[in-house]
Amino acid sequence: MTKPNERKLTIARAMAEAVAQEMRIDPTVFVMGEDIGALGGVYGNTRGLLDEFGTERVRDTPISETAFIGAAVGAAQDGMRPVVELMFVDFFGVCFDAIYNLMAKNIYFSGGSFRVPMVLMTSTGGGYSDAGQHSQCVYGTFAHLPGMKVVAPSNAYDAKGLMTAALRDDSPVVYMYHKGLQGMGWLGTEPGATVHVPEESYALEIGKAKIARAGSDVTIVSLGIGVHHALKAAARLAEQGVSAEVVDLVSLVPLDRETIRASVAKTGRLIVVDEDYMSYGVSGEIIASVTEHDISVLKAAPKRVAFPDVPIPFARVMEQFCLPDPDKIVAAWEQMTAA
Amino acid sequence: MSPTRDEQHWMYRMMVTSRRFEEAIAKIYFEGKTPVFNMAKGPIPGEMHLSDGQEPVAVGVCAHLEPHDVVTATHRPHHQAIAKGVDLDRMAAEIFGKATGLSGGRGGHMHIFDADVNFACSGIIAQGMGPAVGAALSRKMQGKPGVAVAFVGEGAVNQGGWHEAMNLAAVWQLPFVCVIEDNAWGISVSKRASTAVAHNHVRAAAYGIPGVRVEGNDPYAIHAAAGEAIARARAGEGPSLLEVETFRLAGHFMGDAEGYRPEGEKDALFARDPIPAMRARMLDEGSATEAELAGIEAAAAARVDAAIAFARESADPAPEDALTRVFAA
Ligand SMILES: Cc1ncc(C[n+]2csc(CCOP(=O)(O)OP(=O)(O)O)c2C)c(N)n1
Repeated sequence: MTKPNERKLTIARAMAEAVAQEMRIDPTVFVMGEDIGALGGVYGNTRGLLDEFGTERVRDTPISETAFIGAAVGAAQDGMRPVVELMFVDFFGVCFDAIYNLMAKNIYFSGGSFRVPMVLMTSTGGGYSDAGQHSQCVYGTFAHLPGMKVVAPSNAYDAKGLMTAALRDDSPVVYMYHKGLQGMGWLGTEPGATVHVPEESYALEIGKAKIARAGSDVTIVSLGIGVHHALKAAARLAEQGVSAEVVDLVSLVPLDRETIRASVAKTGRLIVVDEDYMSYGVSGEIIASVTEHDISVLKAAPKRVAFPDVPIPFARVMEQFCLPDPDKIVAAWEQMTAA
Repeated sequence: MSPTRDEQHWMYRMMVTSRRFEEAIAKIYFEGKTPVFNMAKGPIPGEMHLSDGQEPVAVGVCAHLEPHDVVTATHRPHHQAIAKGVDLDRMAAEIFGKATGLSGGRGGHMHIFDADVNFACSGIIAQGMGPAVGAALSRKMQGKPGVAVAFVGEGAVNQGGWHEAMNLAAVWQLPFVCVIEDNAWGISVSKRASTAVAHNHVRAAAYGIPGVRVEGNDPYAIHAAAGEAIARARAGEGPSLLEVETFRLAGHFMGDAEGYRPEGEKDALFARDPIPAMRARMLDEGSATEAELAGIEAAAAARVDAAIAFARESADPAPEDALTRVFAA
C-alpha cells in the first residue's frame, strides 16, 4: 500500500535514478555494459539513461568483459568515473583479472597515487531455475579479495543511497544486486524490496550494517534477499513468542563487525543466512567475527542457513531444496534451542 | 557439392523436428506464466532461448558428423543437439527438469550434455571453444578418429577466449572447426554496433587458416562449406572458420519484446523462413515428393510429441539429489 506522500521505487529504478542524478552533476560519470542502452539493462537498472544522456555516455559494449572492465579501470585512473555492468556475476570467470588484479590492486600498487573511482554493478542470485551459470551469488569470492568495497542492498532506499555513495567513492565498489529484488515482474520480485525512496540525491555510508528488525532472543544476520527471508522467519518466530533481531549487512566490505557483535552480545544467539555457497564464505566470516572477539556472549553454537557446496541445480525441486528460505531459518532456530 | 537425396531428406527431417520441438517448448513454456509473466513458474522455468530460423546451420554442419565427433554448443543449443543426435526424450525431460533428463534435471536447457554423442554446452559466451579445441587435441594425441566443432554466436567472436582458442587450434593444427551462427544480434546489441569488421570470417586471417562466409541461411550452401572444412579437419590439415548468415525468428529469450529491432525486420525474416524454402526447393528439384515430405513432417511431429509426453510423464528428481554427482563416481 502506497501512502499519500510515499514514492515507492523498485531497486532497479532506484539504481538508475542515483546514476542519472550523478551524471547530471558530474560529467565524468558514464555507463558501459551489455544491453544497458536501448534495452535499459536486462534487470532494468539503466532504464532511461540512454534517452537522457545519449550513446557517448551510455555505451552498449560488445560481449567483451575483459576489455570493457579493464577499460573502466584505465578510464577511472585517468579521471573518469565509470559505472560498468557485469550482467550476471557468474560471468566474472571470463574477466576476473581486470577485476581483482587491476581494479582492486592498482591503488595499492601505486602507493595511493592512482585512484580507481569505478562501480562494477552485477546481478546475483537464483530461485527462478536458471541453473548453475546464471544463479550464483559468489559474495564471498568478491569480499575475500582485498581492494574492492562490496555492497549488496536489500531494498530500494539503500540501493539508491549506496549507488550514490559508490559513484562518489574514489575506490572501486562492487555493487551486487539480487535479481529477485529488482522489481522486474518476470522474476517474481520480493515486494519488501520496493520501498519509499526520496527524490533528492542522498548517499549512505558504505560499511554500515542496519538493524532491519529489533529483537532480543536471536540475531539473524543476512544480506540482499536473505534479509527478506530473515524478516519473514522473524515474524513467524514472533508468533511463537521468540524475539528475533535481523541485521542487514548492507555492505560486505568494509564489514560492520561492531553492529553484528553488539547484536549478538544482546541476544546470545546467531543464525547467518546466505544464498552464497556455505563453505569459505560470508557465513563463516560472520561467525568468526563474533567468536574470535568474545565467545562468551554465545548461549548456543551459531547456525548457518546457506547454499550447500554444490553447483546450483536447474530443477525447481532441487534448487529450492538448496536455497535458504524462512522455513529453513525457523528450523535452524528450533535445532539451536532443542534441548 | 549438393547434399545427396538421402542427406536432403535427413536435413529436412532434422529441421522440421527442431522446429516442432521449439514450437512445443514455446507453448508449454507459457503454461503457468500467465497472466503475469514470471520466469520461475510453470512446467519449464528459467530462461529459454529458442533456435527457430537457425536450423539450417545445425543440419548443414551436423550432416557431416558422426556420433564420435565432438560438438560444443551454447545457451541456444536445441537445434544443434537434435542434429547431432542427442536423445530427444531425455533432452526434453532435462528441459522440464525431470529425473529422466540427460543430467537428471541438474543442467536444464542451457546445459545439454549427452556423452553418447559427444555433445556438451556452456551458457557462458564463447566458452564452448576451449573444450572443443581440447577434444580436437585429445583426438590428435590419442590418434583417435574424430573432429570437434564449436558452434558460437557472432557475439562470441568479441570474447577473448574465442581468440585464444582459435590461435591454439591453429598453432597446433588441430582437427577443429568453429561455426559462427551470425543472427546479427547479441541480445539487443546489433553486430554492426559491436563488431569492428563487417564479417567475422575475415578474422581467420589472424590465425592463418581458411575462413568462409555463407550467406542466405541456405542449408545447401552451408552443407557444402561445412563439408569442406570438416574434410580438411579429418584429413589432418588443420582448423577452419565458418561464418553462416542466419536469423532467429524468436526473441533472444522467451519474454523478449524485441523493441530493439527496426520496424518490419521481423516480418521480412518470417518471409525467408528456411523450412518452407527447403520444402519448396526439394519439390522443385524433384528430390522429394509431396507424399515423402508429408511423411517426414508427420514422423517429426510424432517424434516430438513422444518426447514431450515422456518429459511430462517423468517424475521430478528427489530434492536431495541436488547434493549428488558433484564429483565423479
Ligand atoms: C561471458 C558472457 N557474457 C554475457 C553473457 C550474457 N549473454 C547471453 S546470450 C548473449 C548474447 C549472445 O549473442 P551471440 O553470441 O551472438 O548468440 P545468440 O544469442 O545470438 O545466439 C549474452 C550477452 C553470457 N552468457 N556470457
